[in-house]
Amino acid sequence: MGESTPIVTMTGISKVFPGVKALSDVDFRLFPGEVHALMGENGAGKSTLVKVLTGVYDIDAGRIELRGQPVRFSSPLDAQRAGVSTVYQEINLCPNLSVAENILLGREPRRFGRILWPQLRRRAEELVQRLDLDIDVSSDLGEHSIAVQQLVAIARALDVEAQVLVLDEPTSSLDPSEVEQLFRVIRGLRAEGMAVLFITHFIDQVFAVADRTTVLRNGRLVGEYPMSELTQVDLVTKMLGEELKGLAELEERSDTAKDFSGVPVVAAADGLGRRGSVDPFSLTIHEGEVVGFAGLLGSGRTEAARLLFGADHADSGTLALGGKPASVRTPRVAMSHGVALCPENRKTEGLILDLTVRENIILALQARRGWARPVPRRRQDELVEKYIDALRIRPANPEAVVGSLSGGNQQKVLLARWLIAEPKLLILDEPTRGIDIGAKSEIMRLVVELSSGGMAVLFISAELEEVLRLSHRIAVLRDRRMVAELTNGEGVDASVVMETIASGARS
Amino acid sequence: MIKQKLVAASGHRLFWPLVALVAMLVGNLFFTPGFLDIEMKQGHLYGSVIDILSNAAPLMLVGLGMTVVIATKGIDLSVGAVVAISGALAAQQMSHLKDPNSVSGLFTAMALALVLSLVLGLWNGLLVAGLGIQPIIATLILMVAGRGIAQLITGGYTLEVRSDPFKVIGSGYWLTLPVPMLIALAVVGVAALVIRRTALGVLIEAIGGNTEASRLAGVRWRGLIWLAYAFCGLTAGMAGLMISSYTSAADGNNAGLFIELDAILAVVLGGTLLTGGRFSIGGTVVGALVIQTLITTINTSGIPPETNMLFKSLVVTAVCLLQSPAFRAKVFRRGRGAAPGQIPAPVSAGASTTPVSESSTEVSA
Repeated sequence: MGESTPIVTMTGISKVFPGVKALSDVDFRLFPGEVHALMGENGAGKSTLVKVLTGVYDIDAGRIELRGQPVRFSSPLDAQRAGVSTVYQEINLCPNLSVAENILLGREPRRFGRILWPQLRRRAEELVQRLDLDIDVSSDLGEHSIAVQQLVAIARALDVEAQVLVLDEPTSSLDPSEVEQLFRVIRGLRAEGMAVLFITHFIDQVFAVADRTTVLRNGRLVGEYPMSELTQVDLVTKMLGEELKGLAELEERSDTAKDFSGVPVVAAADGLGRRGSVDPFSLTIHEGEVVGFAGLLGSGRTEAARLLFGADHADSGTLALGGKPASVRTPRVAMSHGVALCPENRKTEGLILDLTVRENIILALQARRGWARPVPRRRQDELVEKYIDALRIRPANPEAVVGSLSGGNQQKVLLARWLIAEPKLLILDEPTRGIDIGAKSEIMRLVVELSSGGMAVLFISAELEEVLRLSHRIAVLRDRRMVAELTNGEGVDASVVMETIASGARS
Repeated sequence: MIKQKLVAASGHRLFWPLVALVAMLVGNLFFTPGFLDIEMKQGHLYGSVIDILSNAAPLMLVGLGMTVVIATKGIDLSVGAVVAISGALAAQQMSHLKDPNSVSGLFTAMALALVLSLVLGLWNGLLVAGLGIQPIIATLILMVAGRGIAQLITGGYTLEVRSDPFKVIGSGYWLTLPVPMLIALAVVGVAALVIRRTALGVLIEAIGGNTEASRLAGVRWRGLIWLAYAFCGLTAGMAGLMISSYTSAADGNNAGLFIELDAILAVVLGGTLLTGGRFSIGGTVVGALVIQTLITTINTSGIPPETNMLFKSLVVTAVCLLQSPAFRAKVFRRGRGAAPGQIPAPVSAGASTTPVSESSTEVSA
């Protein structure tokens, strides 16, 4: 099949943004009936290449051919009409409309301007069933989990007679069984002759589903490879260049079995809970300790963390911070006790996208000082410059608007905001979601450093490997309940944690 | 070089409002020769430009408060009603004075009016920040009720103001310059200084940009939104005093009528988005001047005053279109859009010599 003619050929593509060369002279081919993975770190140019292909951006140089014909899409709609459909990382649907309306929005079957509702429902049902999804298409989209919404977005993309389906980070918010469901759908589409372009940070997933891969680095093409000829290490090496040592170092964290019994307690929750959000749980975190939250999406991980930070009110139980009972009614109170939270959803709950990197970084510090005592500009610049350097935020421009940064860099800005507040307890909710492997290992290395320096860290991640690698203790959540607490060390590995989640054991 | 600078300047948010302002001032020369002339008469400066600056003063004040409220992602429709109430209370207080020219009585009356305006602003803030009512509905309450309150204060009549020192605020001169202009510029200047020198500005922009994220960063969002509405009430109260001083009367029905719409227009013309976040006080001042210039133009050029509103809407449409990047891209595309297609080679050559990482480390170093 690889020898057939490509459906998409891109040659010598260059794209320049003010101050940044996003792509230079990149070639790319996509064949019908293949799943092609586009790989690279954040800022490598993956998103730009996709946006060029789907008509979001115009190119500065190069040519794009679709089925051998040169094309130049002026808008995503234009690309869609030509058969190139895209599902973006952030779901661009309307949660207040029904599933069926979302799938067929703008393409409703009509007669004399009137929408034919029965037909619309039937069409939507067919599409949903094609994806093995068992939901009522007349229900509001917002009622469903992110995973289902993602599949609905794919259903929407499939409705147009697509020949090329672009999936930009479709799995970043899915749990393993949902990922498997998505992969079944992707394999089905491949069998039908669809060309699927798949962008992800999960290396395992690429090996599970992709046939070929194109690797980008710093806006340039590294190469195009059949997956069968690559090992995981090969692929990572190609993505990172020579910077592989960070990962290897992190493989071993020697002190995960450390005993914290004599160390001062930073936070102690006793029967803390909130109805409809998370059942009462008890948890103690010591200075310098990393506690991991393991559990599936929607297991109550985020909700438990929000109670500790006062983002939601607890309606039962007590919380002691620094050894004293504390009533954290608001995040402000929690902050005054030295608690910080990097929220899961950095765009809606973390960053102010219109403001600059500098303004976002100093926000928490400034909020604590109050409006009347501004952080002097020189001090702002010092702090911001220090953290841009330390966390390698790119572009290294304090006055760049945060909304224009890549996901990994946005995450680092958010981290910097809380690091300058010098918290005693740092809660990181999914800090590694949707960011590339380089940034991931940087953030994990940072967690190790911070905890060695005495900071208590609550680390929440859907990726068990990460939780296991960093945590001294692991709290397992399931169905909005904390079901077990495991001390990390000999004999505790991913399968043990998985089993605990699966059995829901209380120990 | 000059072209590049011009292109860079046109990206600045004050560029197009200023262009509109200058164009209108110059355009007036065709209708009214000597429009831009300023002369000395009876010891003070006199001319259309001075008139514009002076008459725009109440709108600048109201626009100032409105800017801050809009930056929090809110809106205040009640400013016109507050203008009427403030003027009414001051006039009513002064009507009780034995000596209408007593300065201490005048100050008491004005202070009372300003305190009441502040309280009305706090009321709006309570509804919006305290009780979570949508700003447009919350302030609509006072917009409707406020005229009634003003009528209640004046007993249903239009009160005449006879205090001579009071007239100074709206129509006096100091050091050859009109007092209302001086007051407005001073208030705007001090407010801008306070807002930008303290962290108020950035915190308000954070709240307007993303309220939930600001809350989670520990920003006192309720308090700051409350403060914004209170401030807006206060500036509307100042404008109310100025207007009743200028007209020597307190008219509960007509004082400050539709000034909320002009204020919102001034804010939008000045480049502050109604969706909140980034705001520009300087922009609002320019916006207010654009609106006042338009009114003065209509009055002096012999265009029938009935068409006032129509002209206003045309100019506003033009400025908003010029500010819209999408519109500019469409209209000016022919000039610039051809360039990338014709000279792709230098662009890609430049791109291939400097990898991204290198250029960005240079910045940090």
